[in-house]
Amino acid sequence: MEKFTRHTGVGVPLKRSAVDTDQIIPAVYLKRVTKTGFEDALFANWRQDPEFVLNQDAYRGGSVLVAGPDFGTGSSREHAVWALRDYGFRVVLSTKFADIFRGNSGKQGLVTGVVTEDVLEAIWAALEADPGREITVDLETRTVAVGDLQASFEIDDYTRWRLLEGLDDIGLTLRSEDQIAQFEARREAWRPRTLPVR
Amino acid sequence: MSTIPDRPRTLAEKVWDDHLVVKGEGGSPDLIYIDLHLVHEVTSPQAFDGLRAEGRPVRRLDLTIATEDHNTPTLEIDKPIADLTSRTQIETLRRNAEEFGVRLHSLGDKEQGIVHVVGPQLGLTMPGITVVCGDSHTSTHGAFGAMAFGIGTSEVEHVLATQTLPLKPFKTMAITVEGTLKPGVSAKDIILAIIAKIGANGGQGYVLEFRGSAIRALSMEGRMTICNMSIEAGARAGMIAPDETTFAYVKDKPHAPQGADWDEAVAYWRTLPSDEGAVYDAEVFLDADELEPFVTWGTNPGQGVSLNGVIPEPAEMADPNERAAAERALEYMDLAPGTALKDVAVDAVFMGSCTNSRIEDLRQFASIVAGRTKAPGVRVMVVPGSARVRLEAEAEGLDKVFTDFGAEWRFAGCSMCLGMNPDQLAPGERCASTSNRNFEGRQGKGGRTHLVSPLVAAATAVLGRLASPSDLDALTLTEA
Repeated sequence: MEKFTRHTGVGVPLKRSAVDTDQIIPAVYLKRVTKTGFEDALFANWRQDPEFVLNQDAYRGGSVLVAGPDFGTGSSREHAVWALRDYGFRVVLSTKFADIFRGNSGKQGLVTGVVTEDVLEAIWAALEADPGREITVDLETRTVAVGDLQASFEIDDYTRWRLLEGLDDIGLTLRSEDQIAQFEARREAWRPRTLPVR
Repeated sequence: MSTIPDRPRTLAEKVWDDHLVVKGEGGSPDLIYIDLHLVHEVTSPQAFDGLRAEGRPVRRLDLTIATEDHNTPTLEIDKPIADLTSRTQIETLRRNAEEFGVRLHSLGDKEQGIVHVVGPQLGLTMPGITVVCGDSHTSTHGAFGAMAFGIGTSEVEHVLATQTLPLKPFKTMAITVEGTLKPGVSAKDIILAIIAKIGANGGQGYVLEFRGSAIRALSMEGRMTICNMSIEAGARAGMIAPDETTFAYVKDKPHAPQGADWDEAVAYWRTLPSDEGAVYDAEVFLDADELEPFVTWGTNPGQGVSLNGVIPEPAEMADPNERAAAERALEYMDLAPGTALKDVAVDAVFMGSCTNSRIEDLRQFASIVAGRTKAPGVRVMVVPGSARVRLEAEAEGLDKVFTDFGAEWRFAGCSMCLGMNPDQLAPGERCASTSNRNFEGRQGKGGRTHLVSPLVAAATAVLGRLASPSDLDALTLTEA
């Protein structure tokens, strides 16, 4: 995973609440068996509307999505994160994220920063006043800056550390191989086994 | 173990503590052991790819099982799958299962079906275990007193490689449902009412524990319906303490513990219910006596009301976000505030999905439609949750009841719950669905979904408009 410290890019205001993963990437795009190339699938239904924010010239090349509350609810599809990432988003800011989506994001190097409602409104106002404006997201200091506006965002310490270091989860866990083996040695016989087939 | 705190604990805490491989320190997560990993074709291909790239094997093939469900056709299952991308995804799973040695139940096999129907029917789902799957509705298995939750593809790869997951402890919410359900009201109505009460994000960060006399009185199928939709309240998992109903359901299933193992298991399972005095981070109460059949009117599962009610007026909503979401939902759903739900006509009825496709669900649907004819012009699909459920239903003659009614009797799979296979709504079509999500376009682009119970779905199929079984009784009386 690529390390993330600080990123500056065009901010995209997505002024909708409860954007669920079926909107981020409709189920029809889940049939692919690759892990990349989902950029066309991002908000596929909404992008058919020429007025949709991603279709506006000013926001082309946007990399910081600024979304309404409860972003990423619904299905556990990690494709939602891949689609955002493949499109070019490095950061999503919102006042609230769905749990599974946020967990998935952290594993793919997509920063999900929680800001207060006041900050969200202020960023939206700043972006709309000057479409195409850049936002700087600093993971080290957990701050976001748009012009004169500077505010902090929330992300948990562990996810932040992994993103800053670009650490792979499986590699980290395999450092605990001894403890896993010990746990398995004392695991009760009644617990389920799929094999042999009965 | 020394890590177990000396204080009253909840069911969720007990299961968590007993799966602790490494206790996280300094803000890092706990490492939790996974007893059962369910795999399907949609969220696994990239995970197997990751293993291959790193040269890693599947650590515990004996704790892993795969089935084909999301993409599978429900008609002509002996023919090659027409949709090329669906076929690729299924063939990819078959190749991966073969290469890594994972047990797979393919289309045509009698254990094939929706992953959350297959686990319990094989007796692999049992109390006190941890279950994961790359599917948010894994919460279903919590009905057994297991801790079960959906994970993303990176986590699927992680579990395949290590049989563990790094996880932060969840908060706990007790949802107590006391009383007795009226006739025509069922488990689905309980969970729809709970989600309407706490909101589609009300459970966020929590493991929900459903308890109280109304929950105790439910069958395992009903409990699965409730835990299944915990995710629709935003929760990571839902759980119900195991009891005699649970033990009776698990006993003698193909993979249930046997002999001395069974006795040891039951003795342990009896220790799992939350201790007296255990503290929850939040508590919610629902009165089962007063509950009416429930239905959603909007595009998130929290937008629900009693079927006897009317479409709410967004202008009266205090929260501006809620108001905006409601306005948008009503526009998408093509519904006007103040309309009686029972005046809403439907084009289709879908009876199926991991929420409501088990044998009891089919029996409930059949109990209403038996001897009747579906409303003209309404398309009615009945999709069993697994090939085994289909066989059971046919042995009871339910297939005949459905086809005599005018419904289509299909093969097992996720089907029109999310329309990854050809079972989709056409744009603008309105459907009463026993599934779990009413998101925009979920059942097909432009499709409009009203989430309901099997009993309401059945009554709706009879009348062609949203209806409860009691409306049919009234009809019979009038006719008489």
